[in-house]
This record gives sequence, C-alpha cells and structure tokens, in this order.
Amino acid sequence: MMSAMATTRGAAVVIVGGGVTGLSAGWWLARAGVEVLVLDKGIVGWEASGRNGGGATHVYSPFGLEEQRLWPQMDELLGYPTEYQPFRIGVALSETQLALARRWAEIGESRGFRWESLDRRQLKELVPIVGDNAIGGTYLHFGGHANPQRTVQAYAWALQDLGGRIVQHTTATGLTQRGGRVTAVETTRGTFGADVVVIAAGPQTGAFAEMLGAWLPLAPARVEMIATEPIPLMRVGGVAGNGLYGRQTLRGNLVYGGGPHEWINVPDMATPEHANTPLVRNLARRLAELFPGAAHVRVIRAWSGLVENTPDGLPVVERLTRPDNVVIATMSSVGFGLSPAVGRAVCELVQHGRCQFADLGALALARFADTPRDWRERAGWAAAPTAVGAAVGGDG
Amino acid sequence: MRGTDPRSIAGKAPTPERHVALVVVGAGVTGIAAAIEAARAGIEVMLIDEHPIDNDMMAMDAPLCFGQRIDPSVRNRALMLERVVETNPGLASAYEAGVDVQLGTYVWGAFVNGPTVQELPAPMLGLADDRRSWLVGYDRLIVAAGARDVLLGFPGWERAGTLGAGGAAALLVRYRALAARRLVVLGSGALGLQTAALALEHGVEVAGVVEVGARVRGHAATATALAERGVSFYTAHTIHEARGRTGEIESVVLVAVDGTGKPIRGGLKEIACDAVCWAIGLVPSVELLHLVGARLRFVSSLGGWVPEVDARMRTSVPTVFAAGDCAGFHDGRLATPDVAHAQGRWAGLAAAESLGARARSETQHEVPVASPAPDTGPHAYWQAWLDSLIAAGGWEVNVCQCEEVTRRELVETKPPRYLKWDSPQMNARRLATLLRDGPVNQDQIKRLTRAGMGPCQSRRCREQVGLLLAQAAGTTLDRIPLPTFRPPIRPLPLNVLWPADEPAAMRDTWVSWFGIPTQFSPHWTAGMAMDEPTAHARLILSDE
Repeated sequence: MMSAMATTRGAAVVIVGGGVTGLSAGWWLARAGVEVLVLDKGIVGWEASGRNGGGATHVYSPFGLEEQRLWPQMDELLGYPTEYQPFRIGVALSETQLALARRWAEIGESRGFRWESLDRRQLKELVPIVGDNAIGGTYLHFGGHANPQRTVQAYAWALQDLGGRIVQHTTATGLTQRGGRVTAVETTRGTFGADVVVIAAGPQTGAFAEMLGAWLPLAPARVEMIATEPIPLMRVGGVAGNGLYGRQTLRGNLVYGGGPHEWINVPDMATPEHANTPLVRNLARRLAELFPGAAHVRVIRAWSGLVENTPDGLPVVERLTRPDNVVIATMSSVGFGLSPAVGRAVCELVQHGRCQFADLGALALARFADTPRDWRERAGWAAAPTAVGAAVGGDG
Repeated sequence: MRGTDPRSIAGKAPTPERHVALVVVGAGVTGIAAAIEAARAGIEVMLIDEHPIDNDMMAMDAPLCFGQRIDPSVRNRALMLERVVETNPGLASAYEAGVDVQLGTYVWGAFVNGPTVQELPAPMLGLADDRRSWLVGYDRLIVAAGARDVLLGFPGWERAGTLGAGGAAALLVRYRALAARRLVVLGSGALGLQTAALALEHGVEVAGVVEVGARVRGHAATATALAERGVSFYTAHTIHEARGRTGEIESVVLVAVDGTGKPIRGGLKEIACDAVCWAIGLVPSVELLHLVGARLRFVSSLGGWVPEVDARMRTSVPTVFAAGDCAGFHDGRLATPDVAHAQGRWAGLAAAESLGARARSETQHEVPVASPAPDTGPHAYWQAWLDSLIAAGGWEVNVCQCEEVTRRELVETKPPRYLKWDSPQMNARRLATLLRDGPVNQDQIKRLTRAGMGPCQSRRCREQVGLLLAQAAGTTLDRIPLPTFRPPIRPLPLNVLWPADEPAAMRDTWVSWFGIPTQFSPHWTAGMAMDEPTAHARLILSDE
C-alpha cells in the first residue's frame, strides 16, 4: 500500500499526455519552479509527437515568431540534443509548386524573415540529388527541422532534471470535479490530485473536454512516412517539395511523408497500432521524383502515426472558464515544430491565465460553438464504415 | 448530409495486380508441401520465394547474413535461377501440381485492415523483384518464411567474412557461390556441425569448430566424423578478435575460457581463415506474421518470438497460417525435416478446407508429427557466448554495425557519435535512469542510440541488442516487448518500390498535409488561405 500511495502523489500541475505539447508545457512549468507531473498511457512521445516530419517552420502561426526565436536555443536550454538544424529549401517541379513555395517564403518575409529565389542550377548546387525536372525553388533563411524522437526525450529528461515527474504506462480515465474545479486526474493506477490540469492528449483531448462539458470537435486520421538508408549529408537537410514534407536527418536518411490521409475512429484511450498501407509505394514515387539523383536509394522502413484535426485545422490552446483550472492544448496535427512556443504559452496560461507573448484569440474553443455534432460526416471526415468482407479477410 | 474529403484516401485504395485464393510465402520444404497439398485439393495457389536473391540485397546481409563472401557469379541471374531450381527438386513437383511458382520475388509487406486502416478492399502482400514492386491480394496466406541468422559481435566482425549459418548454407548449396576457402565455425550444436559438414562437402576447408562450452553440443558421432576429416574442435574457447589488413578477415584469434566464459591468461591461438560463421542458432522469421497482426509469444525453446498456432497451424488471424521454421526452430529440427514437411501439408490442407475444398480422406486423419522441442532454449546458450565475448573483447565492440553503436553506448543509451554531443545532463543518463520511468523497451532504446536503425534492418543485431538490454536491465528477453518490424521488410530502392502507374485520383489530389485551407493561413491576414495546389509534375523515371 505504501508504494501505491507513493505512486499516486499528485502535483500542483498534472499534465495528461506525454506528447511533445505536454512535455514542453511540463518543462516550461518546471523551469518556472512549478511542481509538475506528466501522465502518459505508454512511453513519452510514442505517438505522433515522435513520428513526424520534424519541421520547425510555422511562421504563419500565432506561435510562429516564438518558435523561430526558441529553436536555435533549444539544445542549450534542454541540455540534450534535439538535432535542430536551421533553414529550409523548397524544391518545385512545376509552376504551381513554385508558387506554393514562394507563398511560404513570402509569409515569412511579411514577418521579417529573409529568403531567396533559387534557379535550377543553384538548387542543384545546394541539393545535388535534385534533377532536371526541378524548375526552381526557395531558400528560407529561417525555419528548420529537428529529430522528433530525440526532442521528446530531451523535453522529458530536462523536465525531470528540474524536479518534474513523468509517470508512464498510466492511462488517464477521468477527471474528478468538486466545487466547479477539477481536483484530480483519475487513472488506471490511481488518482492524482492537482491544482491545475493540462489536457494535451492528442486525439483523446476531445474526450476529456467532453467530461468537462466542453465541445471540442476533433477528427483523428492516420498518416504515413518512409525512411531511406543514409546518403551523404547535404548542406541543408531541410529540403522538401513535390507534395512531401520531411528532411534529411543528420545521419543522412531521407525521411518523408505526405499524400492522402485516412480518417479513422480511435476508441477512447486506446493505444492504436501503427500500421502502414501500400501508400508507402506512392511516397517512394514522389520522393524519387523530388530527388531523381536518389532514386536508387533504398527504403529501409515506414511507419504511421495518428493525428487529430479540428474543423479549421487550427489549434485549441485555451484556459477554460468553467472549470477555470483546466488548460486544453491540441495542436490540430501541427504540433512538433511549434512545441517550444506552445509549451511556453501553456505555462503562461497556467501561471497567469493568459499568454503574454501571443494573441490566442483565434484559437479559442468558442469558435466551434455552432459546429454541429455530425460535422465529420458533413465534411467527409468520418471514418469509413467497416467493410465487413475486408475485415474478415484482414484482421479476422 | 454526407460530404467527401477529396484529399483523403477514400476511393483511392490500391487494387492488387492479381488476387489469388492462397499465397504461400517461402518455397522450402514446408512451403512446397503446403502449396502442393492445397493445389491438389483444387485451390489456386501462388508460391513465392525470394531466391535467387540479387547481389545488392546479399551485400546488405538481407535476408541472411552472407558476410560479403559472395562470388561475383551471383550476378548471373539466369545461372542462379537454374541453380535454385536444380537444388530444390520440390519446385518441379509444385509446378507439376499446378502451383504458380514465383521465384526471385521478395515479399516486403503485408497490408490488412485493422483499427487504424479500413480502406483496403482485401488483405494484400507487397511483392518485388529487382526491377519493380506490385501487390497481390489473397484470401488465405500461409507463411513458411523459415528462420534467419543470429550474429554476435566481436572485435573485427565488421570485416568481410562474418557470416551466419543460413547465409553460408545458401551460398554453399543453392548458389555454389561462397567466396571463402577456409572457414571457422562458431557453435558446435547440430547447426554448427551441419555447417562444417556442408562446407567440407562443397570443398571449403574447415579451420575449426569453436565452442564456448566445455564439450561439443551436437552428436558425438557427427563430431567424430568431422574430426576424422581433419576438423579441429576448440571447446571452452571464444573469439578474441578477427584480424586482417584491408577490411577482410584473414585470421581469427581464439582464447581459452573458463567455465564462466572468462578468458584464461595466455590461451590465445591465431587461426588463418577467410570467413567466420556463426552457427549457434536461428530465429523464426516472423516479420510478415507481425505485420498481419498474428499474435506472437516468446518461447525460448522455439527460438524466440513465434506465432500462436492451433493444431492445424492456423494463427490468431483466421486467414493466416504459419508453418515450418518460422513457427518455431530448434536444432532438433535439422534432423527431422519430416516435421517441417508435415506442418506444411497440414497448413496447406487446413487453408484449402477453409476455402471450401473437401477434405481428402487419406490426409484427413493425419496428425502432424509432434516436434520434439528441447527443454531449454538457445537464449541461455547465446548469453553464454555473449558473456564470453564481452569478457574477451570488452564493451567497446560494435553491437550494431550499420550505425556503429558499441555495447557500451547501447547500455549507456548514448546519443550517436556523429552528433558529437556532450553535456553533463546527458552524461548522467544511462539505461538505469530510463528504467526508473518504465520497463526496458528495445524500440525506445533504438530511437535513442540508433542500434538497429540501419540498412540491414537490424538483422545482424536484433538478438544481441535484446540480450544486452535484458542483462543490463536485470530482466530476461521474454519480458522485453517484441521490437516491431516495419515494412518494407526487405530494403528496396525507391525506384523499385514505386508504382509504375497511379490512379489519377491519387496524383491529382495529392497534398503534403491535410489540405485544410485555413490550416496554414497567416493568422493575422483574414482570407489569405493557403490552399495547396494539387496539380503535379511529370514523373521522371531516371535522372538521365
């Protein structure tokens, strides 16, 4: 019994979800001297947070400037490697792709960042595996990329170094409410008392919001990525285009994703499998089109991840008013790169009730007040009805 | 009202190039027996085998450990195809029984619907040869994928010439293309003795059989016969290092060990050889079974993770059967090929009956030969070898060759050396600190250290990484979750894996992310939606 008591010791702030958003928030809180505890149903960063493209170029976002300010400091601040690398190159194989790459660049420019246009020759100098099918590109003197797996662990370790706690393999199942406040998080391994609760539970965030009577429309989907064997390091690893996101890792692997997603349902609190589909072949094709000089390079693994989206694809980062001691944070499928900034925003919402460095007005839950319950069906974002024949043949 | 999301996978699911009632993967004794049995019951059967394997794949130690001792003749595909057929007479019987035999064909993926996938019209396999990939749908699948090699590291094992018993046997027998003249065999169980005998039979000198234990593990008569042909046995020895000048093995240095695997001072012996073959056991090839979602369990006496099967070799997935070495391997199987054969027939028959074929009276009452599993599994034996290798070679030996991760770096969960990372925080972290947060997980350690993340897809290090982690964590291998297998389970070039054509819907609506117009809109500029265009570039098939 002693050990059970010890393991369910709560904290001033309990964070539900050890993904990149929850971990960053926990780290910022620990830095601020707040007693913090992060709960995860499995291993930290095991879901979408650890299996994404690693991009850190989201200047369009209210968190964008803070993202750009923080990333170059993260290795030093955390004390662990994130493999952050600055700059991005956009490769265009068509006029429409070039227009898109320039739009990204111009959004950065309007925030005060610098970029250059690249012709094919310049592109091939910088990215030798680009082919003659490329018509041009962009060089962004901002943005970058990092290693998601290493970064989530860096947050977790840095948080612990500051006295924060992480409890893994513990599934949150409910929120205890008393006197208009949430007083504890109920889990498969006991109840953890809290003064403030942060819900950063990815696709499951909506289920927790529902427990509090808040309507947070979220639709989960599966997306897939492939990784090749290492090739010689290019001067800039953050090269993407042709409908792919991704990067060359510091080891030299080309790691890319993109293409159609599958809308699915995730049973409450389930830990889903990470299945791939034949889409990996289409990804291979697009990667070989993007980099004809690497068409012979071998794919050595593929994986998938589940991400959640709100109807407008924008995050919800908000401190609720009733109960007033809960912060909701879902990044709507774009959370990794923004995590240094969002964690700080959550920290400020916990400490001060408002974010001092960014206007989060556009990210408020209230914007979905009129979103109908069957919005997924209306939008075509509903999971396919289970095909009976296919299910019998496939998973029995 | 129901809308559609044109950028989702809905309506774009791939159609397999072919659909067959029954696919059998692996044309060894088991797979051939299964295919023939089902074909005779009137079922349409495709039998797939990856041999002859192309030279580039062999050079990556996939799917077996060929140790860079591959004669250039393997580049002659026609000749190798001839040899594969000639050394496997069962293939001719399969042809005669009407089986569609596909040789030189890799099975690199298995795709089924499940909790996160609902789009597939049928379960399907990803196949490839050295030029292209394609998909084949199936109603029933029999996996008879055999077993793969187990390697352990020693100083110098990165040099050309470190093989596994499976790779050596394939090169000796099927390909007649082992580019080695003098072999040292590690392990003296049935597999080790068989490997030595095969080598002699094919004109390769055996410079010694090394055994970490005090006595030969295999049959005394077999060992005596080998000794009479001039093979030296080095019991109570382990490998100190492999030497050579140019990235090649030219000799190995053995060291005598005591009963606990510790080197005995002054017990070094250098033996000239150009290849060293690990023959201490094989591991069931369960990759495809994992991908279709069949339940696996750890049974040491059957070689590790094996599928749960019923008496008719059916896995937990009713449409999938597993038979032969991939359902469990131990040294005793080498002497009883009838077990593999019987399991194959049984699976073939069960699959055929499940597809509506009438049971044939002669086989209906046949009970598969019970496979005599030993009391103890190979893992304790592998651990004894590993203990001796650590005692002799220390902790600065690569456990993962592809990513150059040493034993020390593994158990200290060090970030990879190329990051050149140094911080007091990182230095204070090791496996023990990670274990405070949860039980040891090989996939997590892989992500941190990169051990097992290389092009060989962890074929050379999976077992030794597991053993080292279990030991360092004070637990046993069966308590560590199965490290996952990811497709493609064979390393395939982008321009082989890619589809030659795609439905227009796939190409025309392709977006890098969800294609939600407001998702990447600048938050300060209302109406400046970033609607990603979906028009695409012409496919460039080469960089010429």
